[in-house]
Amino acid sequence: MNVFVCVKQVPDTETKIVPTGDGSFIETSSIKWIMNPYDEFAVEQALLVKQSNPAANVTVVRVGSVKDTEALRTAMAMGADDAILVEAADNLDSYSIAKALKGAIEKSGKKPDLILAGKQAIDDDALQVPQVLAEMLNLPSVSVIVGFELAGTAVKVKREVEGGALEVYELAAPCVLACNKGLNTPRYASLPGIMKAKKKPMTQLSLGDVGVSEADRRVKYSQFRLPPEKPAGKKFDATDAAKQREVVSQVVGLLRTEAKVI
Amino acid sequence: MANVLVFTEVHDGKVKPVTLEILGKLAGQSADVAVVGDLGADQVAELAKNGAQNVHKLKGANLDKYSPEGYANALAEFIKSKNYDYVFGGATSMGKDLLPRLATKFNAGLASDVVNFVFEGGNFAGTRPLFAGKCLAKVEITGPKPHFVSIRPNALGMTASPTGGAGAAADVNANAGEIRAAIKDIIKAASTKVDLTEANIIVTGGRAMKNAENFKILNEMADVIGATVGASRAAVDSGFAPHAMQVGQTGKTVAPSLYIACGVSGAIQHLAGMRTSKVIVAINTDPDAPIFTKADYGIVGDLFTIVPIMTEEFKKLLGK
Repeated sequence: MNVFVCVKQVPDTETKIVPTGDGSFIETSSIKWIMNPYDEFAVEQALLVKQSNPAANVTVVRVGSVKDTEALRTAMAMGADDAILVEAADNLDSYSIAKALKGAIEKSGKKPDLILAGKQAIDDDALQVPQVLAEMLNLPSVSVIVGFELAGTAVKVKREVEGGALEVYELAAPCVLACNKGLNTPRYASLPGIMKAKKKPMTQLSLGDVGVSEADRRVKYSQFRLPPEKPAGKKFDATDAAKQREVVSQVVGLLRTEAKVI
Repeated sequence: MANVLVFTEVHDGKVKPVTLEILGKLAGQSADVAVVGDLGADQVAELAKNGAQNVHKLKGANLDKYSPEGYANALAEFIKSKNYDYVFGGATSMGKDLLPRLATKFNAGLASDVVNFVFEGGNFAGTRPLFAGKCLAKVEITGPKPHFVSIRPNALGMTASPTGGAGAAADVNANAGEIRAAIKDIIKAASTKVDLTEANIIVTGGRAMKNAENFKILNEMADVIGATVGASRAAVDSGFAPHAMQVGQTGKTVAPSLYIACGVSGAIQHLAGMRTSKVIVAINTDPDAPIFTKADYGIVGDLFTIVPIMTEEFKKLLGK
């Protein structure tokens, strides 16, 4: 059984984002890169599948810059068997990334049974790649899954929709699944795991190797800028119990008379 | 003038509000609406009022409930029979799932989660937040048409006096094609509240809530003002609330008119997810909490005494 996990490397959530001077992207030189948090749930689910199917092989695939390979090394330290890195700029669009992932999976020579990914990457927040990849590979897909069961090739997943309701889907492998927080609890990489990961095979490919060129770009970003800062608001001290009601009454009043939101 | 199709979702017999936001903003373009399934005359009238020229109701076998493949197949066939430059939809649970697949059937691009847009010489130019709203960028689409756009609910706002359209409704025979991933069951949520991403008012609890039980006081306030209750990552990771309630970079990005943060310190990844809220109220014991830098109205004090008083004051104000 071949399980592929698509991962992305993104700036740590605590990163302060600074647009470049020309607004073409963001400053990336001092960023701490991490595995996209939602991808951790995909890696963990792949490893859980491998636990009950010891013959399964888990390959992690990433499209992105090579200066740091944190995400792939972390996934292999957690227990993935091997990795494929397709070298590309960090601001590639979803269509190009999906096409590169498809090319990398096909080039591996392994027929995918399950393809797992995070539901979104927290850099461009496009929420596209898993569904685009599924369509390109002509496979069924379910996104935003918070429950997963596998019996043979029968897959049963729960998809989270508005308001916390769950849709239960039944489908058959091969398929593409986009994972959400709540699906499982990702394991930490152990020290022996980290040592072993250094020796695990990582194939490096170029975009050309996987059949992707600039002509595949569908979405262009420019004019990166910080959102406008709000002017400072009003602050009220309600630490004195005797004043609490007066302060709260005043704020509630302002919400109607000044802010006009209630 | 661009030829635009707006895909609308129907929930409890009503079109999603984001559809009307999109139609209003498309004034000056030619806009049709497509829906999978039926739509009542009152809803067609609502769409016409907001500018819809034609309302296409796609009907066929296996389209009674949503499936990514069935909806994508049916819509793709219909869109191929027309000559649209753009296809718009809401960046809702369904839109986010469906539109990437649909766009790929045309090898076309999709600009997702757009919060504002204009047409420059007939071409779409949008604005969208990246890095969970820590920055903004201009987004344009290249490659084969139609081009696809998903719009974040609550971002455009309703147009006060929209230009009406003909609103000519007609049924279209649609084919779902092969459906390999189908919904077998729906587990209803305990809450019947509007989702965080569509809520007009949100009350959020942070780590200072101390436990899940204490969210009761937030629920009481939410009931009075018609709000949806959210939680910070710290509160979710501490087990006080499920992830579906999480606001922030690894949760939901929200843009309500009023956001009341209770005991939320305001970590950068939380601020990213709620900073576009129109009015922000923060309640925190720490006068230096970062949340106060984003708050329009900050109250320094203990949420456990402030929140119940605020609930009473809201009751008085609203005559409840």
